[in-house]
Amino acid sequence: MIEYIPYIAVVCMIFIGLYAAMFRRNLIKMVIGITIIESGVNLFLITLGYREGGVAPIYTSLPPGTTYPEQMVLPVPQALTLTSIVIGVAVLALMLSLVMHIYRKYGTLDVQKIRRLKE
Amino acid sequence: MTFLDTLLQQSPALIIAIPLFAAFLMPLVSRVHSKLRNIFAVVMLSITGCFIGLLATDVLAHGPRIYIFGGKDLTLPLVRILFEVDAISIFMAIITIMLAIIAVIYSWSFMKEQDGLDKYYTLFLLVVTSALGMELTGDIFNFFVFLEISCIASCALIAFWIYEGEALEAAFKYIVISSVGALFVLFAIGIFYAQYNALNIATLANALQYTFLDKIALIILIVVLGMKAGLAPMHMWLPDAYGRAPPSVILIIMSATLASFYGVLRVVFSLYGNVLTTSIRFNFPLHVIIGWVLIALAIVSILIGVIMALIQSDFMRLIGYTAVAEVGYMFLAIGTTIAALGTSYATVALHGGILHVLNDAIDIGLLFLIAGAIYYVTKKRSLDDLGGLARNMKFTTVFFLIGLLAVAGMPPLNGFTSKFLIYESVFQLNPILSIIAILCSILILAVFIKVLYAAFLGPELPELKDVKEAPRSMLLAMGCFAALAIIIGLFPNLFLDTLVKPAADALLNHAQYITTIVGGI
Repeated sequence: MIEYIPYIAVVCMIFIGLYAAMFRRNLIKMVIGITIIESGVNLFLITLGYREGGVAPIYTSLPPGTTYPEQMVLPVPQALTLTSIVIGVAVLALMLSLVMHIYRKYGTLDVQKIRRLKE
Repeated sequence: MTFLDTLLQQSPALIIAIPLFAAFLMPLVSRVHSKLRNIFAVVMLSITGCFIGLLATDVLAHGPRIYIFGGKDLTLPLVRILFEVDAISIFMAIITIMLAIIAVIYSWSFMKEQDGLDKYYTLFLLVVTSALGMELTGDIFNFFVFLEISCIASCALIAFWIYEGEALEAAFKYIVISSVGALFVLFAIGIFYAQYNALNIATLANALQYTFLDKIALIILIVVLGMKAGLAPMHMWLPDAYGRAPPSVILIIMSATLASFYGVLRVVFSLYGNVLTTSIRFNFPLHVIIGWVLIALAIVSILIGVIMALIQSDFMRLIGYTAVAEVGYMFLAIGTTIAALGTSYATVALHGGILHVLNDAIDIGLLFLIAGAIYYVTKKRSLDDLGGLARNMKFTTVFFLIGLLAVAGMPPLNGFTSKFLIYESVFQLNPILSIIAILCSILILAVFIKVLYAAFLGPELPELKDVKEAPRSMLLAMGCFAALAIIIGLFPNLFLDTLVKPAADALLNHAQYITTIVGGI
């Protein structure tokens, strides 16, 4: 049971994030929602990377008694997560700068009051 | 090995590397001179175009080509990034580079009086890179990375006219939708990696078992990529973004949109190609269900696109809704193909759908360039403020007539060729769908006849008395599209036989896509 907890957390985070991104009226809260989704997905990838009895693939710090290379873990999910974090930072910065400009233009962060593009 | 062979071997990497390198060199080049910057952009894109042409001749003659990043002798082929280029990838790459080159030529004059052009060209080349990357890659995580690059760069370009609140709004909407979508794609990639320990599309396709998790991944991928392609009911970002971005930007965002459409094709035909015929419940094979879902969404997009276009008064927004309808036609065609997999009209539908990708790029692109030219000379967006422009803008009027007939699918022009193939094949699946498609095509004609009367004909407006014809580079860009529309309309078999049929075969013959990688390394 305990091994399912990360997956449950992933699903919860994704749904909380989606709720915030879809139903909150404040732009900053929408941005926070997207960041929560991103953390959920990153947590998912990291959870996938865990292997029972594996060791980190660093040649110089292998614990004694490891059978090489069978016990080494292929670090692809970690690499994916790093890439995704970097992309996430770029998206977050861009979104916040857009929010800033929108606030300057409209003087509000409320989605309902900003909507000029209709139909 | 001759020099040409070496170039050919490296060309999949170079096609990505040249625009990427040019993008980051752009701020430096624009310090020197603004003219040099424009020439640099065109030259770099033309070089990329040459490589795409070189690769196209080889791929069409000898089948798919692989490019492996990193050493060839490693024993872990699944971890490395591979590019796999087949006929459909190269077909999409040709469309992308065509749109990019014409957009750069157009922006010479159109963007002349704007500042921040170094950043504009940098982002522009990044979008081109990302679209080409999505089309050439054979690695699903790499696909996600390019999807995110296209999302970030296009969002910044949509907000290029940052002094307009609406542009900011459209850009924010776009980035929220596409970043959430891209994160879900990453989630689906995680699902694949968890089950099969691979990220390569061909390896995944070979190993795919169609478990419960794979069903979730399939739904996520189709929904997200359909959304990025502008399929209803998630099309809302598209008219906003198309209506507010500069027209030259719209052309390359359109290439990114078409790359997402290519993603749908790749996922359904290649990634899930092996399991398409498995029956899931009540004796319905999977392909019938996916096909009919896509057809239903396509019909909704066509109807929404056309009906909303009828009531618009903003010219660019009107074309944006027409673009939604055109995306609907493409999905209608591939939905028919998938639903009726194996029959002879399924292949015809796929030919129509793939040719319609090219025709959509040309027709909608031409109309956006015309809308941009009108905005450039009059500084007005709304059709209510325009009138009698045909007196002063003779060439633009002629181009608009060509675009109008092409987008409505009238016989001597390119829209007819692909739409006819679509009508013909959809009719064999279900006549009602075909009738809806034809009626909506007629309504598109009505929409643009309205525009013709509102903007070009009618009495001369006093404040538009001394508008001039659009500058030469803009006319050149529009002329390229108009010439292509006429050529494809007059000689459709030329394009069908050389480009479209190999592309359709590459999609339908997914075993070849898999064995090139799985058996080839």
